[in-house]
Amino acid sequence: MNALGIQPFLILAAFLFACGILCFATKRNAIGLLMGVELVLNAANINLVAAARFVPSLKLEGQVFAILVIVLAAAEAAIALAIFLNFYNNQATVNVDDGSELHG
Amino acid sequence: MNLTAVLFAATAAVVGVSALGVVLSRSVVRAAVWLLFTLIGVAVIYFLLGAEFLGAAQLIVYVGGTLVLMVFGVMLTNQGPFAGIPPKRLEWILGGSVAGGLFALLVVASFSAVRSPGSVADDTPLPGIEAMGTGFLGIPEADPRKPDGDPAPPRATQYLLPFEIVSVHLLVVLVAAAYLARAKRRASEGVRS
Repeated sequence: MNALGIQPFLILAAFLFACGILCFATKRNAIGLLMGVELVLNAANINLVAAARFVPSLKLEGQVFAILVIVLAAAEAAIALAIFLNFYNNQATVNVDDGSELHG
Repeated sequence: MNLTAVLFAATAAVVGVSALGVVLSRSVVRAAVWLLFTLIGVAVIYFLLGAEFLGAAQLIVYVGGTLVLMVFGVMLTNQGPFAGIPPKRLEWILGGSVAGGLFALLVVASFSAVRSPGSVADDTPLPGIEAMGTGFLGIPEADPRKPDGDPAPPRATQYLLPFEIVSVHLLVVLVAAAYLARAKRRASEGVRS
């Protein structure tokens, strides 16, 4: 681990983050958007754990906040899927372009 | 090139390729399968970094929980098993430029992170589940006193407030998800009962 350094992990996390951004820029399916959010949260988590490994003063903090991110991501997925199910019951589709009832 | 670098390169390749698969696959079911490999690869990255508990939690919560939830969502909402909605070309160009710009920015920022002090890992193991648990419960370190009798300052590792916030948040999410996803009563039944 000494030979590797923190940078490969940061670059991998940046790549995952860019993939997540691209995912919720291009997908039209609401569950596809949710997968993009998961990718972004995983990228942030890789950064946190890499910081826990490589920054001496963050050994505990990085892991603790990574656990919090995992828990909040699970909660977010549950509530988002419940919202999407409701949306599907009302609109019979999960295309996010069709959710324009709240337009002014 | 030592074993760690080889393992990291293999895992990073799996993670990157499957993340691209999530983005590029049309059908949501295939994207979910690609996401499975991404999440497992991230868990292996955690194991490589020495955070064993986090890797196990990632496998249990993400792969065992979130992904199954997502597959159930696909099953309950998709019209056809592989029906995809094709994206528009303009969105690909815009989203691709935004994502590429962010990726370039983060890579440039990672070079400055390498130059900063403290970017070299020592080989001491990360604090395990015991330290995390006492940190979450706000219990100070078991023996803050150094051997020579000099009282060390108590470590500020008290995460009781975030722990409580997350637990209340989970309760709220549980109630809200059960309320939102409940089976709707039909209008005729509603009149009767």
